[in-house]
Amino acid sequence: MDINSMPLLSIIIFLPLLGIPVLALMPNKKGSMLHYAGTFFTGITFLFSLYLIPSFHGGISGFQLVEKLNWIKPIGATYFIGMDGISIYLVILTAFLTFIASLSAYTAIDTRVKEFVITLLVLEVGMIGVFLALDLLLFYIFWELILIPMYLLIGIWGGKNKFYASLKFFLYTLAGSTLMLLASIYLAFEVKQQTGQMSFSLLDIQKLHLPLTIQVTMFLAFALAFAIKVPFFPFHTWLPDAHTEAPTAGSVILAGVLLKMGVYGFLRFNIPLFPDASILLAPAMSMLAVIGIIYGAFMALVQTDVKRLVAYSSVSHMGFVMLGVFALNEEGLNGAIIQMLNHGISTGMLFLLVGMIYERRHTRMIDEYGGIAKVMPMFATFTMIALLSSIALPGTNGFVGEFLILSGSFISNHLFGGLAALGVIFGAVYMLWMYQRVFLGKISRPANQKLTDLNFREKWILIPLVALIFSMGIYPGYFIKTFQAPVKQLLILNQDITVESAAVKGQISGEKL
Amino acid sequence: MIEYVWLITVLPLAGFIITGLLGNKFGEKFSGIMASLFSAAAFVVTAMIFREILGKDEESRKIIIKLFDWIVAGKVNAAVAYQIDPLSLVMALVVTGVGSLIHFYSIGYMHGDSGSPKYFAYLNLFMFSMLNLVLGSNLLLMFLGWEGVGLCSYLLIGYYYETKVAGDAGKKAFIVNRVGDFGFLIGIFLIIFTFGTVDFSELEKAVAGHVSGEVIIFWITLFLFIGAAGKSAQIPLYVWLPDAMAGPTPVSALIHAATMVTSGLYMLARLSFLYVKAPDVMFIICVIGALTAFFAATIGTLQNDIKKVLAYSTVSQLGYMFMGAGAGAFSAGIFHVVTHAFFKALLFLGAGSVIHALHHEQDIRKMGGLRKKLPVTHFTFLIGTLAIAGTPLFSGFFSKDEILWKVFNYNIFIWGIGAVSAIITAYYMFRLYFVTFFGETRFKEDTEHKIHESPAIMTLPLIILAVLALFGGFLGMPHTLDFFHSGNMIEEFLHKSVADHAVSRYGEGVEVSLMGVSVMLAVAGFIIAFIVFYKNNGIPEKDNQYVGAQKVIFNKYYIDEIYETAFVKSIYNFAKVLWRLIDVFIIDGVINGTARILRDIGEGLRYSETGVVHDYMIFMAGGIVSFAVLLFLLFL
Repeated sequence: MDINSMPLLSIIIFLPLLGIPVLALMPNKKGSMLHYAGTFFTGITFLFSLYLIPSFHGGISGFQLVEKLNWIKPIGATYFIGMDGISIYLVILTAFLTFIASLSAYTAIDTRVKEFVITLLVLEVGMIGVFLALDLLLFYIFWELILIPMYLLIGIWGGKNKFYASLKFFLYTLAGSTLMLLASIYLAFEVKQQTGQMSFSLLDIQKLHLPLTIQVTMFLAFALAFAIKVPFFPFHTWLPDAHTEAPTAGSVILAGVLLKMGVYGFLRFNIPLFPDASILLAPAMSMLAVIGIIYGAFMALVQTDVKRLVAYSSVSHMGFVMLGVFALNEEGLNGAIIQMLNHGISTGMLFLLVGMIYERRHTRMIDEYGGIAKVMPMFATFTMIALLSSIALPGTNGFVGEFLILSGSFISNHLFGGLAALGVIFGAVYMLWMYQRVFLGKISRPANQKLTDLNFREKWILIPLVALIFSMGIYPGYFIKTFQAPVKQLLILNQDITVESAAVKGQISGEKL
Repeated sequence: MIEYVWLITVLPLAGFIITGLLGNKFGEKFSGIMASLFSAAAFVVTAMIFREILGKDEESRKIIIKLFDWIVAGKVNAAVAYQIDPLSLVMALVVTGVGSLIHFYSIGYMHGDSGSPKYFAYLNLFMFSMLNLVLGSNLLLMFLGWEGVGLCSYLLIGYYYETKVAGDAGKKAFIVNRVGDFGFLIGIFLIIFTFGTVDFSELEKAVAGHVSGEVIIFWITLFLFIGAAGKSAQIPLYVWLPDAMAGPTPVSALIHAATMVTSGLYMLARLSFLYVKAPDVMFIICVIGALTAFFAATIGTLQNDIKKVLAYSTVSQLGYMFMGAGAGAFSAGIFHVVTHAFFKALLFLGAGSVIHALHHEQDIRKMGGLRKKLPVTHFTFLIGTLAIAGTPLFSGFFSKDEILWKVFNYNIFIWGIGAVSAIITAYYMFRLYFVTFFGETRFKEDTEHKIHESPAIMTLPLIILAVLALFGGFLGMPHTLDFFHSGNMIEEFLHKSVADHAVSRYGEGVEVSLMGVSVMLAVAGFIIAFIVFYKNNGIPEKDNQYVGAQKVIFNKYYIDEIYETAFVKSIYNFAKVLWRLIDVFIIDGVINGTARILRDIGEGLRYSETGVVHDYMIFMAGGIVSFAVLLFLLFL
């Protein structure tokens, strides 16, 4: 069978499911075999996802590799999937981070290994599905599918306070998505009103002409679900708890993928479906983003738990991403999309690192450490690199995203851009201060004296991430190129306004001539 | 050769990667030699390109070599592209030249230190960043270098990471610089917003149409200056530089004296076409430069750590450079960058030689009489002292005088501040010189016989730098003293790439008499130091014996303490309150409160589930009645 005629996207979505019967048949005792099986299936999925790169045609703004099947005919719900320049690397990132998460769990997860691996595989199906679904109902199903395995990951393999954290995570995000479902149903009926045929398809809904008040209502209904996921200030308090209590694999996926789903939702649904509402609400959204940036940094500054610090830094960083999205210009949107990938890599790496030290000392408290650069020099170097990416040092990937976001935001509004740039200072403050307290100085606690540096497996989990940090920092053009077409497409939706201003400009220059 | 300009940055990068990855395996000697050779190779390439450029006529001396697009989206158009022109070449020559000497010197200085592979790797990384800073053909690549040197500075200040001082100092340097970077970034954003480009050449074209004194240019240049003030340690952002002395001494020489700290001035010179259109900002720069020169010099008079004296003197000298730039004499500022790189690197390396010989003693009260023990160090240090004090014919004399002369033409009051600072400079430098090398020996008996001159790998760079510090001034002979008719070579070389804007109000007669004044000022400073510290064998007092104004100066005007309370502590406490109040109390309070209320309602309702049929009947009847009432109310 010709590979090009295969339903590649469906294969990637459902490939992890193949692992479930295999794992179910394996004996429970062989913990490491179960982990290898998990790595095998997530690895295969990752390899398949890489095949998206040669299959992708740059420069085309529409969806590619589209598959459409009837699903629930009476209500017009379809199995409709496809990818574009925005989703391609998010899918690959998801497959990559799930693979890395599986590798990171070898020694960290030693109870209920079979259940853990199965949970991870189910989670992967939901996450990839979210990034590829083009039917609102299908999207909603994948979106909710993620909740359960994530709830289990935190609730079963989490830390001391896991029950509180997992329940908080579950209820918070569930509350948000209920309104989204109602809004989707409303939109499907609206399509019926206007065309006679009910449909949840993104493309059909995009053609609707909705009055501004309806747009704003719909925007807000979707935004609540997405804002909680991002998380947007003031809907962020589930995140520090969930992150802190989750096992490393869970934190990596939370930070690396789940938070991106929120931003992706804004990009895929809010902006193209409700363009006028987006423009109207952009200043409010930007303001919340700026608050998130500075507030998250302040919160990170006062944390005594490393993992909580990294979690709050995510609040700050995701604020940057949202700021870029709602700059609604080329610089900001390109920056936001690449920053989503960057954040997945650098924060994912930070959580991996925290997990590695936690496995050795079983504490995440900053003051339990100090001076460990001496006994773990390699670990210190890796942490420094992740930290530099996180504080957006030029040459690392973080700079590319943050710079584009800030310039875009500054172009659309000096005040927001200027305030957000303060985050550049605060980011350095909390990160370097944490680094100093953990790594520098003399070793004050005897327990740290015996710490061992990274082993072979840990080192090779981190090296690909380091390679990505620098290659994306030095040659981001490769990625930005793929975003260009869909970003332009998004901006065309605001064409009315651009055409209008162009007309005004034309008038002025006409007068001059 | 010019098309191979990328070698200048790639060579140190290769050195960084090789020493970084293999240094620990092959040891200290390997790392030192590798790093030094890669740095020296970069110097050779720079020198060859320099020769080629000298052979070209003035109009064709600016060449841009583009490697690849870096960040391109919307109005942001940054490429990895290098700009070769007289300005970038002068800087690159200083960086690679002085840098290589310091690499070689470090082989001797770091001998026996187990962390030295890491040290040399960082040093090469620094060279890579610094060269990107000076060669980059757009603001973003310059910013890459800018942040890169900041990172290396952070890493190298914190080299002795087991001491708290080093960790604190590194962090402080990075964060204070980030405050400056905030300004730099806003400046870049304003440029992107206004001119739609970050490329220097395109920017210059775009700016040409704007008139002097435009509001937007005022803000752009002011914000960019904040960045420059951070990196070049100007008031109010100078506080990190003295603390930065916690790093190894060759690092202080290279990064915190000769090269990195001058990049602020380089930025002003690179964007001089923009600055000349913002006369108000130029005035601010001139005043801040003068104040920095003065305040830092006063603090220098009461410091007893050999490196701290030199650190404050660096801050002060940077003040002179900014004073000159503010007066429109950018190329005079760059000239001072060059001579300062020679004599200040020399002084720091000399101090390093002393510290090395005394096994890491830095307090000059515990030195004395070292001139016989360390003859080469002593003699070269003397040349450096004479140069910085402004002794005629020494390099510092020409460059400092050029600045003062231009400032005199610009604003005579600011010149006054500069002139007074010159006396103080001569005073504190000779105080340092006499206390360190003359008088009785004050170190411990048992260390005395162990003291000997540093090895040749360290003294040779000292000698080379001494020669440069002595004769470097002839690069920029003022017209009035031009006996050899060589002309002011550096100014003429730079004039196409730097938009000098200095006014000349007075004639040559005034210039010559002003030189006389300068000489007298230097001599005055020297005489005071000579009487106090040579004739009377004075040694500085113990730390806690100062009173009044002296106490204030000794404590560096309490600036650090003020910043600590005003910014560091208050922000931290504010953040803590914010966390407890908003995150924990309000938001989570509402969330958990809602959950609790729902649970309590459920708890309460539980009691209605009695299992008794007639209770349910009553509920049902009640429900029907209330529904009927509701309908009645709604539809009637």
